Amino acid sequence: MNALSIHDLVKTYSNGTQALKGIDIEVQEGEFSALLGPNGAGKTTAIGIITSLVNKTSGTVKVFDYDIDTEIERAKSCIGLVPQEINFNQFEKISDIVINQAGFYGIPRRLAKQRTEKYLKQLSLWDKRDDISRTLSGGMKRRLMIARALVHEPKLLILDEPTAGVDIEIRRSMWAFLKKINKEGITIILTTHYLEEAEDLCRRVAIIDKGRIIVQGRTRDLLAKLHTETFELNLREPLKHLPPLDGYAVTQVDDTTLEVEVNKSQDVNTLFSLLSQHHIKVTSMRNKVNRLEELFVRLVEGNG
Amino acid sequence: MRVSRFREDYIGFQTIVNRELVRVLRIWVQTLVPPAISMTLYFIIFGGLIGSRVGQMGGYSYMEFLAPGLIMMAVINNSYTNVVSSFFGAKFGRHVEELLVSPLPNAYIILGYVAGGVVRGILVGIIVTIISLFFTHLHVVHPLITISVVILAAVVFALGGFINAVFAKKFDDVTIIPTFILTPLTYLGGVFYSINLLPEIWQHISRANPILYMVNAFRYGILGVSDIRIGTAYAIIFLFIIGLFSVSLLLLNKGVGLRT
Repeated sequence: MNALSIHDLVKTYSNGTQALKGIDIEVQEGEFSALLGPNGAGKTTAIGIITSLVNKTSGTVKVFDYDIDTEIERAKSCIGLVPQEINFNQFEKISDIVINQAGFYGIPRRLAKQRTEKYLKQLSLWDKRDDISRTLSGGMKRRLMIARALVHEPKLLILDEPTAGVDIEIRRSMWAFLKKINKEGITIILTTHYLEEAEDLCRRVAIIDKGRIIVQGRTRDLLAKLHTETFELNLREPLKHLPPLDGYAVTQVDDTTLEVEVNKSQDVNTLFSLLSQHHIKVTSMRNKVNRLEELFVRLVEGNG
Repeated sequence: MRVSRFREDYIGFQTIVNRELVRVLRIWVQTLVPPAISMTLYFIIFGGLIGSRVGQMGGYSYMEFLAPGLIMMAVINNSYTNVVSSFFGAKFGRHVEELLVSPLPNAYIILGYVAGGVVRGILVGIIVTIISLFFTHLHVVHPLITISVVILAAVVFALGGFINAVFAKKFDDVTIIPTFILTPLTYLGGVFYSINLLPEIWQHISRANPILYMVNAFRYGILGVSDIRIGTAYAIIFLFIIGLFSVSLLLLNKGVGLRT
């Protein structure tokens, strides 16, 4: 079953701006998907329509087969939303925010309290449960919004830029948490500017630009379309003269660092053989450019 | 299935009312104390100092005549203010989105906020009633009419506050209606005088003021005297409730001021 089916979705704002120009997206139940795109591409508008915060102009949106035009309440019951902007009452207690949200979904107070404890503990906020929400740090506020989105145990969790502005440690712990709940069966859709995040987490990716989906599919399949990758090699000893490495485009960055472009018809083994022939020892290597970022830039530039 | 759905919606409604009550009690210095102070001043100045020279009105001392009007004025103002400030605050702080993304039907969202406004209106009404007992005796002639009218009037103005909040785009918009419409209508709605004191033309004009019917119906409940027929007052109150609720629901369904 599809967790989300969007067909020919159009959104034209009252000022005439066409934010979505007929997009189609399908997300299978249980998937971890990303919706990528530059600022103003239409990501937040699409999420707004799915979650009833934005009125669509035309097209259909189904959440677990519930059409938002005819079965909006059932569709909403399936969705948990973590928005981009902080949108809880900054003067309410943390536990009250989560318990009240459960109440809006019709969950009895006793069960709401149990679930609030469960999710605040999972997101390391239980110790703060009696604090006023505005006293939380940025990362904690994001985690609170995740706990709030999960309290009614949705089948589809939508996160709009969930890790924007949070430090690396918190970001990685959030990734681990999202992977865990995805394994437990929750379908996840996220928008992100951190393409590393999408490449690491998401099995499927859709790239949106200027209101149109320019590519979508399995992350692995999309990355396979890249023809070249750039590797950075760290050398054991300083290199005085860069020897010719036939077929490879090599740039010497400094005494102990090389950048090598490897295209799809080449392989890394041959490169290392050539390096060995010249007695060049490599201590470490990394893929210099984030592959998804490269794909993203190429597609978006191509769309311009 | 319908029973279960109804129960879920009722829990949602109850959650909004609880949240509103917690808010009113948390900021009691802003919500409950000011009407107590201003109404005490009204009782001292208009009821005591000036009222003692006014003589009888409608067969009662001016203080007795004034008390029901002041109680109703406090209820009207506070039920309106509670909803307009709370719902606009939710819009401004964007936490109204918590409700908009939830499956709670729009009618229950409106009812939840209206009930919150009614609760604050009644709380303030009780406080003002207690204060009035320091100045006069209240003999409630028709208890059911008194209670029903005060609740229904609070519903009318809570709905008015909701519509105001839906259209409000900035904090100034929240105060314009209470300042330029609600307060003049309340003052001209028979709180301080019987419309029988007015020239005939002004009596007719006053009958276009809905607050006149609520104040008089409430005064009828307490004192047993009124400038208007009680049946007409109920009819007008119900018409306003139906009309304002329909408009509120239409606005929320369309997402006016809430959804782009």
